[in-house]
This record gives sequence, C-alpha cells and structure tokens, in this order.
Amino acid sequence: MSFPWAQQYEPKHPFMRYLDSRLPLPRLIHGAVGPGYPVPRNLNYFWNFGVLAGVALMIQIVTGIILAMHYRPDAAIAFQSVEHIMRDVNQGWFLRYAHANGASFFFIAIYIHMARNLYYGSYKAPREMVFMLGLVIFLLAMATAFMGYVLPWGQMSFWGAKVITGLFGAIPLVGEPLQIWLLGGYAPDTAALNRFFSLHYLLPFVILGVVILHIWALHIPGSGNPTGVDVKAPQDTVPFHPYYTAKDGFGLGIFLVLFSIMVFFLPNYLGHPDNYIQANPLSTPAHITPEWYFWPFYAILRAFTVDFILPAKLWGVIAMFSSILVMFLLPWLDTSPVRSANYRPLYRIFFFIWVAVVFVLGWCGGLPAEEPYVLISQLATMYYFAFFLIIIPILSVIERTRPLPNSISESVLHGERQEASPAGMPTGLAPGAGGPQPQPAE
Amino acid sequence: MATVEQTGPGPEAAPQDGVRRRDFINLAAVSFGSVGGIALLYPLLNQMNPSADVLAMASIDVDVSSIQPGQAIKTEWRKQPVFIRQLTPAEMQAANAVDVSTLRDPQTLAERTSEGRPQWLITMGVCTHLGCVPLGAAEGENRGEFGGYFCPCHGSHYDTAARVRKGPAPRNLEVPEYEFTSDTAVRIG
Amino acid sequence: MARLLAILVGLGFVFVAAVSFVTGLFTWFSAEEGEGSHAAYEHPRHFDFSFNGPFGQYNEQQLQRGFQVYKEVCSGCHSLNLVAFRNLHDLGYSEAEVRAIADQWAIQVPSVNPDTGEAATRKAIPSDHFPSPYPNETAARAANNNANPPDLSLIAKAREGGAAYIASLLTGYRQAPQGHEVPQGLHYNVYFSNLNIAMPPPLTADGQVTYADGTQPTRDQMAQDVAAFLTWSAEPNLERRHQMGIAVVLFLLGATVLAYFAYRNVWADRKVKKRKAQPVA
Repeated sequence: MSFPWAQQYEPKHPFMRYLDSRLPLPRLIHGAVGPGYPVPRNLNYFWNFGVLAGVALMIQIVTGIILAMHYRPDAAIAFQSVEHIMRDVNQGWFLRYAHANGASFFFIAIYIHMARNLYYGSYKAPREMVFMLGLVIFLLAMATAFMGYVLPWGQMSFWGAKVITGLFGAIPLVGEPLQIWLLGGYAPDTAALNRFFSLHYLLPFVILGVVILHIWALHIPGSGNPTGVDVKAPQDTVPFHPYYTAKDGFGLGIFLVLFSIMVFFLPNYLGHPDNYIQANPLSTPAHITPEWYFWPFYAILRAFTVDFILPAKLWGVIAMFSSILVMFLLPWLDTSPVRSANYRPLYRIFFFIWVAVVFVLGWCGGLPAEEPYVLISQLATMYYFAFFLIIIPILSVIERTRPLPNSISESVLHGERQEASPAGMPTGLAPGAGGPQPQPAE
Repeated sequence: MATVEQTGPGPEAAPQDGVRRRDFINLAAVSFGSVGGIALLYPLLNQMNPSADVLAMASIDVDVSSIQPGQAIKTEWRKQPVFIRQLTPAEMQAANAVDVSTLRDPQTLAERTSEGRPQWLITMGVCTHLGCVPLGAAEGENRGEFGGYFCPCHGSHYDTAARVRKGPAPRNLEVPEYEFTSDTAVRIG
Repeated sequence: MARLLAILVGLGFVFVAAVSFVTGLFTWFSAEEGEGSHAAYEHPRHFDFSFNGPFGQYNEQQLQRGFQVYKEVCSGCHSLNLVAFRNLHDLGYSEAEVRAIADQWAIQVPSVNPDTGEAATRKAIPSDHFPSPYPNETAARAANNNANPPDLSLIAKAREGGAAYIASLLTGYRQAPQGHEVPQGLHYNVYFSNLNIAMPPPLTADGQVTYADGTQPTRDQMAQDVAAFLTWSAEPNLERRHQMGIAVVLFLLGATVLAYFAYRNVWADRKVKKRKAQPVA
C-alpha cells in the first residue's frame, strides 16, 4: 500500500517483535485490514458488501465442512443422508438450513457488490484487475452453487443437472463426448454426483485463494469511493481499523439478523418444494427451475427460441455465458474519465434501467417458459447486451458529465450535492479539472 | 475559511469521562459479539457427537431362550462382538475353584455375573491385548487350555469365567452393563 | 476501433434476440384461443394450524390424533420411511408405548431367517424406521392401478402449500362438473393441479377413526389432524427451530444495536456535522 501517511506497524511487545522478524503476519494484517490501511473516509453502506460476501463465504465453508462429515455422495443414499442430517445429527437441521440459505446470502451480497461496482465505476483503471478477479470469483461461485444444489439429489437437483450438463451437448462437434465425459455416464448418476461433491468441496478454497488475490490487487491503489475522485491527502482517509471495522461490524449485525430470520423462520422460502422429492430419472417435474440467483441467466438462456444459422439452443448457451463474459470487457468498453455515476447523469439513467431489466429477467427466469414471459425475456435480453456493448461505449464519448469535487475531503465537507461549488454556483469547468475552487467569503 | 466545522478534536484530547464512556461502548459491542461467537461454537462441535440413530443402537435387547447350558452365541453391540454363554455347573465349579489372588486380573465369577444368575456369562468378544476376537464361542472352536476362550493372535487363554490365565492379555474379557428384563431376555447397554 | 467492434457484436446479439422476439410475437398473435396450459385448480383453503407463523408450536394431542389417522387410514398404501418409531417420543408417547406401537405395527420389518438364511420379516423395534407396505415400486404400482403412492415423510415440504394443501386435498373430492371427463381409475379433486388424482378419497365418512381423546372425528377434523402429523413428520425440529430462532434473533438485534453505537462512537471525531450551505453575501 502506497499512501505515505499510512500508520506504520510498530510492535512493542518482545514476542511480537520476534514474530515480526521471523514471519511478519501481524504486519501484513496491520497493513491490510488494520490501522495501517488508509481508506477514503466517505464510503457509504454499499461498501460493506465485499466484506459481507467474504463472511458468507466463511459461513459456507464452515457449515459445508461439517455437513461433509455426514453427507454420503451416492445416488442411492444421498437424499436419505441429507434427511439423516436434518433429523438425527445434533443440530444438523441448523447446519443444513444455514448452508442452504447461506448460499442465497452469498449471492445477495455479491449482486449488491457488483451493482456498486457498475454504478461507481470501480472497474475502471487502476482497478481493472480487481474487477476481473471478482468476476472470476463470481463464476467459481456459480459453479460451486450449481454443483452444491445437485448434492441433495432431489428432483430439482437431478433435473437441473440434466438440463445444464445437457447444454454442453449443444456445443458443435465436441459437445456430446464432452457431456458424457463430464457426467461419467449418459445421465446424472452416482458418477456425476460423486465428482460434483469432490469439486464442490474443492472450489470454495480456490475461491478463497482468488479472494486473497482480489484484496491484494485492491490494496495496491486502495479502495475507491462514491465520488470516484482519487485520494490526494491524509485528510481524505481514515485508517481501516477502527473506522471501517466498526462500520463493518454494524453491517454484519444487520446481515446476521436477516440471515437468522431466514434460517430459523423461513428456511424453505427461497427453495423449491420439488427438491424434497427424491430424484426420479423417469419423471420430469412440471417446471424445472434453478435457484433464484440463476434466474436472470436462465431467462437469457431460454430467450433464444429460433434457429438462426446456429441452433437456438446454442445461441442460448452463448448468450448466457456472454452475459457474464461481456463484463470482463467493461474497463475497456467504458472509457469515460469519470468513474462515479453520481456525476454521469445519462449513464445513471441507463444503469437504473439495466438494474430493472435484470430484475425483470430474474422474474421471468423463475416462471415457466410461456408467453408473455418469453417475449419479455427477449426484450430484456436485447437491452442487457445493448447496455454493455452499445450504450456504454457511445456514452463514454458523448456524455456531458457533471463537474467533480476537487478532493474527497472537500466533498465530505461540503456535502455530496454541492461538490465543486459550495455556494451552489455553477463552475462550468470540464470534468475532473483540478485546482482549488475560489472559496466564498464568509 | 469555510465555516463548516471540521468537528471536534481527536479522541485523545476528549475529557477522561468521554474516553471511558467510549471505550465502554466499544468493549460492550465486542464482548457481546464474542459471546455470540462462542455460543455458536456449541452446535459446530456438538454435531460430531453420536447422532440420534447411533444413540438408538446404544442398547440392544437379546433373546437368550435358545442358548443351552454349555452353549454360547456371538452378537453385536455398539459395532463390537459380544459373547453370551450359559455356563454348565461344571464350568461354574471350575471357575469358583480358582484362587483369585493368583489371577493377573483378580475377579470372582460372582463379580462378573448378574445377581442370582451366575450361569449367564456375558462378555465383550474383544481380547484385552490388542483387540482380536477370541475363539471359543461357536461350536467346535478352540477354547484354550482353561476351557473358556482362546485368542489365536498372540496366544491369550481365558478360563470358564473369561478371566485371563495365560498369554499377553492384561485384563479379563470386559463385562458390559446389562440387565435381564425377563428370564429369557437381556438388555445390554 | 474496439468501440466499433463492441457495437457490432452488441448489434449482433440484439438482432438474433430480435429474430426470436419477432417470431414469438407473430406466433402469439396468430395462435388460436386454445385451452390454457393451466388447469383451473383451486388454491388451498386457509387453516389456522397451531404451528403456523414464527411462534408456531405443535399440539401434541393433534399430532397423536393425526398419527392415528395415518396408522388406520394411510399406512396401508403410503410408507413413512424417513421416520423412526423412536421419533414418536416427540408426540408424547412413553418409551413403553413406543415399544408397543413398534411391536404391534401391522407391517413387519424385512429380516433374514437365522436358520435358513431366507428372506423373512420380524417385528419392529423402536430404532427401526416405519417399514413400507410394499417391498418395491413395482409391487406398489401393481396394487394401485399403476400409480405409486408417494412416501409421506416429507410430503408437507414437497408440496406447495404444505399442511393447508394436504388438508384441502383430502377434503377436495367432488363430483366432476358437466363436461369434465374424468379418465378411468382417476378421481376429480378441485385442489389437485390437473384435477384428476389417482388416489381414491381416503376419508370417506365421519367417524372413520375413533379418537382416543374423544374429539369428534369429522372428515375435516381428520384431514387437519393428519396434515398436522405429516407436517411434524417432515419438520420434527420445528419447535426447537422456532425457539432457537427467537433467542438468536433477539441476541443479534441487541448485538447490532451495540455495534451501531460503537460505530457512531468510533466515528464521532470524523463525521462532519451537516449544514446547509451559506448563501453568498
């Protein structure tokens, strides 16, 4: 971390000095999440969600490792082993419900975190790597969640696995052999289940590794902030500890209250009743749907219904993966020098429409693939891709942004709405223009 | 300069009372949270204790009506072998004739059987040396030099009261907790 | 350059999606007024079960009555194989009573003849799970007009609407309306998703079961009692969960309040007092 005014780590106790000379772990922690990491002082509550996602990951890992002590990954007894956990294992019901709802909370935190990134331009230079590592985490989390949902071997587990592994069959030439290789058979069965269990156990630790890279990459330039203006002086920042440890503690409290309400009072609200029926390869459920956090992508997948050069199924697969992959290009699609949408009035509008479109896609994804939902998904899909690939690049060039505050502390002092013009006077300066503004005589 | 205040001075300069009050709130918050964290540990550790279905198998009921004097059966309790034998009067006499003070693990037959039922010898089928299953419970098996059980792994001999007489085993075959619920049924565990 | 490429790719996706959209639009408007894919089934009735809501608890008497209905009406066709006899302690039965229930259960547990090694059956003991009335699915279908009576251990969680759906379904058999053809072997039920259910009405008359506690065994009463019992069999830990939940949420609310004050405390020297901007003189 390169802010020169960062508090240096100065161990006093002789043991801490010894440790510092042999393995400077406390120094690392001090500089990463302690008093030695200066953070902009104006962060709002949207900045809590990175930590909350990290906490959700730890909840999943702890409950997951414990569940793995009791779960049996064989198609003949997997469903019964989950019920064994629910009924016979001491507090097993608590662990299972915590793990199932923990996955939902992990995605809630990730989605709000991603919305923050898109609104405040957190993906822009010099944080492109942070952002892309975050997308890698997201992809790994989706793979992990998908495999995890298969493990209870309910109807949705089995048929969801069938549909998604079936998508690989859509790939030309190599599709079918690839699908058989993935499954270890011709349909999901013990072979697929066992390997999904193994990978489901492995991937969270891969995620953990990428999270460390993600935080490391972030700490090079330091955290962004709601104005998008860089840190310039010591009064722009506060040390992470105790300021943001306290704020994150409060945010964690609220998060845990909501999480506990779900786990203890509404544990099956986000789930699907069909998954309490044991998997039956001979009987398809009336409507196959994935968990809610996959619904927007499921809607995009099903939006392509007509063959056009390529089969519709393949277009659906391409579009579904592209909807995430397109975000990798965001730092280069969006060349506007202004980061935060607070100062980009046009982008702001299109962004909020995009958020609404994602909600619409999610709503459609949870419903049967019938009209008018498919038509709505198609319109929504068009906007989704247009937003990233057409609207954002054009806006970068034509948008008239609002003038930025000169510094973070100035924006804090004068309130977010009166940035460069404390008395409400328009300055007419180009965005991001530096230099102090004339202060009104008081 | 600007009239908007930059707010008060840092915490060090605050009045003593203020500092103590501040520390208290912080301390209270952290302590409260820690108590919660420790309470959370309980289910995480307790889940490794035997689950309800394992505990349900902690006792078993065995029907012994088909065991004749001089016969034994092998059954399973808590995933380990148990020998249930009805001793003949000759076997009981032989057991009582032994001078207890000469035994490696001194116990009388009466101490190893239930009150009023000295003919029923119920022991674990696990050699106290290194855990092999001794021979002698089934028909025709080698019963060793003392007419009880014989462990082929390292040559421990047990007598008619399943007490160790020869070989490396340090103690007599363990007698589990049991209770006769009727003349023909015993509950072990 | 990259911008241009992006716009082209974007237009590509939009175009392909538009092809599907336009085709779909055309199909939708030119489609005839066909039957909807949704049969007009009714939503479950509302019931005031004691276990509804965050503070809900089971009523032991009701669970015992429901168990009696399961035993006398349902267990002939429907298994309950995730529940063990020992779980009946939760219903208020003593150890001796549970052992008696297991011992006297009409269906015996599969076993092996100790002398010949042939398949045999034995009486159940408390640690056994409820045995299935049929040895396998084929036998179940053979005895029930090719329908497989589902296991009921989780039925209350495996159906949208839970206990209310079960109680409604059991009392939802009606005469089929004019023009509705009920296929051979099926029965008309207004709460069933496609209206024609394979299960014949199990609760045919009031007084089918004689309750030990003297409650009037009307069909509605029996339906509610067995629905409560089946909710218990799906969620035996409901009460423990609710109790723990209240304690945990209250604790966390307290911790959050303290955390909030600690946060304000820590930030006291850095937060700017908000002021309206002064007008320029």
